[in-house]
Amino acid sequence: MAASDIEIAEHNLQHHFADMDQQRETSTFGMWLFLVTEIMFFGGLFCAYLVYRATYYQAFVEGSQTMNIWLGATNTAVLICSSLSMAMAVRCAQTDQRKMMVILLIVTMVFGAAFLGIKAVEYHEHWTHHQFPGPNFQFEGADAAGVSPQNVQIYFSLYWAMTGLHALHMVIGIGLVTWITIAGARGHYSADYYSPVENVGLYWHFVDLVWIYLFPLLYLISKKHGG
Amino acid sequence: MATAVQATVERENYLNHDYTLKSWLLTKDHKRIAILYLISITAMFFVGGFFAMLIRLELLTPAGDLVSSDTYNKLFTMHGISMIFFFLIPSVPAVLGNFLIPLMIGAKDLAFPKLNLASWYIFMIGATFALTSMLLGGVDTGWTFYTPFSTTYSNTHVIGTALGVFISGFASIFTGLNFIVTIHRMRAPGLTWNRLPLFCWSNYAASVIMVLGTPVVAITILLVALERLFHIGVFNPALGGDPLLFQHLFWFYSHPAVYIMILPGMGVISEVVACFSRKRVFGYEFVALASIAIAVLGFLVWAHHMYVAGISVYAALVFSLLSYLVAIPSAVKVFNWTATLYKGSIRYDTPMLYAFSFIGLFTIGGLTGVFLASLGIDVHVTDTYFVVAHFHFVMVGGMVVAYLAGLHFWWPKMTGKMYPEGWAKLSALLVFVGFNLTFLPQFVLGYMGMPRRYHAYPPEFQVLNVLSTAGASILAVGYVLPMIYFVWSLRYGKDAGPNPWNAVGLEWMTESPPPTHNFDETPVVTWEAYDYEHQPDEEVTVGR
Repeated sequence: MAASDIEIAEHNLQHHFADMDQQRETSTFGMWLFLVTEIMFFGGLFCAYLVYRATYYQAFVEGSQTMNIWLGATNTAVLICSSLSMAMAVRCAQTDQRKMMVILLIVTMVFGAAFLGIKAVEYHEHWTHHQFPGPNFQFEGADAAGVSPQNVQIYFSLYWAMTGLHALHMVIGIGLVTWITIAGARGHYSADYYSPVENVGLYWHFVDLVWIYLFPLLYLISKKHGG
Repeated sequence: MATAVQATVERENYLNHDYTLKSWLLTKDHKRIAILYLISITAMFFVGGFFAMLIRLELLTPAGDLVSSDTYNKLFTMHGISMIFFFLIPSVPAVLGNFLIPLMIGAKDLAFPKLNLASWYIFMIGATFALTSMLLGGVDTGWTFYTPFSTTYSNTHVIGTALGVFISGFASIFTGLNFIVTIHRMRAPGLTWNRLPLFCWSNYAASVIMVLGTPVVAITILLVALERLFHIGVFNPALGGDPLLFQHLFWFYSHPAVYIMILPGMGVISEVVACFSRKRVFGYEFVALASIAIAVLGFLVWAHHMYVAGISVYAALVFSLLSYLVAIPSAVKVFNWTATLYKGSIRYDTPMLYAFSFIGLFTIGGLTGVFLASLGIDVHVTDTYFVVAHFHFVMVGGMVVAYLAGLHFWWPKMTGKMYPEGWAKLSALLVFVGFNLTFLPQFVLGYMGMPRRYHAYPPEFQVLNVLSTAGASILAVGYVLPMIYFVWSLRYGKDAGPNPWNAVGLEWMTESPPPTHNFDETPVVTWEAYDYEHQPDEEVTVGR
């Protein structure tokens, strides 16, 4: 280990920890626990989704038919790629490859921004088609399919709430990655002190994972299956 | 000469090392953050108490003459919201837990000091939202925000209040997360889980609920706000939304939240009973695990709030059975405290008087909870004063009394000063008498059929209501007194010394008030918790 690395490590040891190992384990444990609270946070919405999907299955099928599967699938691929670059960035932080780490973090941000861009296109489509819940909600073809447009509105309520909350997490994630990219470029991290990179990475993977569930649940509801 | 100088120079501690306002508002010291919380929640307690006072005044006479029915709806709503979300939930954890957990486990601070400070700021932002909504005209949905009334029909400041509750929830999540990580990772060498003070165990159990439950109520309240703002209709029956789903999601947190409000109080009682009986807590392991059992079972009983809301009979049966099960670990605790008293050298200092109150009142509150868990009785007394009396026995007779016990017990540690014992005993007595006079009549009222949440009632209920209001006024004196003499003691109280109760526990092995870093050297623990058998039983003179 280079002398400067030891300095980085000592500089970052907070007064109430005995050593860097205790500090790292503590912060990672805290992050995992925070992700548990996030699971419970999204869990309430997933629970509502399950209840209404079971109750109004046909309406959910109709709502799901309006989704652009190709945009959704592209976004899924984009996020999986961003997770890969994030994982590689964490590895680079652990092995002291600072330049590579910064490049990979920027790549991650670009993927994240691409996701939000594609999502914005989709939101715009829904908005112009009055597929936003509220007094102006319209859904043509509901009668032909024999479902109540109001029940389709519940599908869209959950769609907007779930993907909106996910998008908000993406925005926060990009903010966090920006922060560690700047700190990383300034040489704040080393093989001895990379907890912030690792923890932001955990958060990023979690947000990706939420999308991995959202995509099939919202876009790929089968027409054939009865419930 | 040199010794004289030394005697006048006070040792540096967490209170006197810096006096600036900035040093308080930007502190990362868990002890100072505890004091910040203490001041904030005391203010909220008196806000909630003010609403309670108006409620009791209105109910002095059968006619609805003091306030209109709409105002009355707002009064009980704002009483509930201030007391539950801004006083009871943070009370013991954020004040005493924040102050004591690092001291009890021999750590220099909580694991995440900045997060701890952030939690106080978040709490204050939430409280500001709630208080502003109250000042602008209040909210009338009941503290439960039941839909579709809260989403569609109420014309009051639902969004502002809901956001206040939503935001303060994150303060609770951060406190719980901090406690769990701290207790796992920051214990002093030798302090195994089996040597951990029961106060830490019970706060750990409460933290598990905070971390797992609070996010669910957060998303639920967010959906209520979205429904009001954008009419998304997830809970709106007009669109096919299900109001029962709201109740399920709400009580999934709000029933376990009852255990956030009582478990830390139980931890206080374990400490106090052991100290003033000078014995190890009987069945330590069982009391410790009972906390965990209550936390786990607490997540499986939420629908007992919904027996008459239209859930299936079979679901109600299962929830009834599970609700009975919670009585087991609760009873384990009560029996073990009683067994601890047996053949103990009991001293009747103020914290112990509060602990006795707690054991009696919590037992009544808990047993009436078993009544309510049974389907037949619950249908009869749903939404009556029986329910009001039951949860006030647990929340006020339990948690507020435990909080006062803890405040008196650790006040010498927090401030270095003793409070006046005579006045404190008087206030403990007033709280006990006033509380029983307030809420025992309400059991009778409820059983006779007086519904809750109405500002007028039939004349035959008046005698019991007058008794209840009279009790509330005694209770008010019992609560104001400690506030006066605690503040008085800061200036005029006798010096407490490091260990005025001759208690065991790491927090008593450092100065009062503790230095900023808590311990000069990290302690090494080689003894069991509550090792009173090996504690020299010297006559305690300091501060008495």
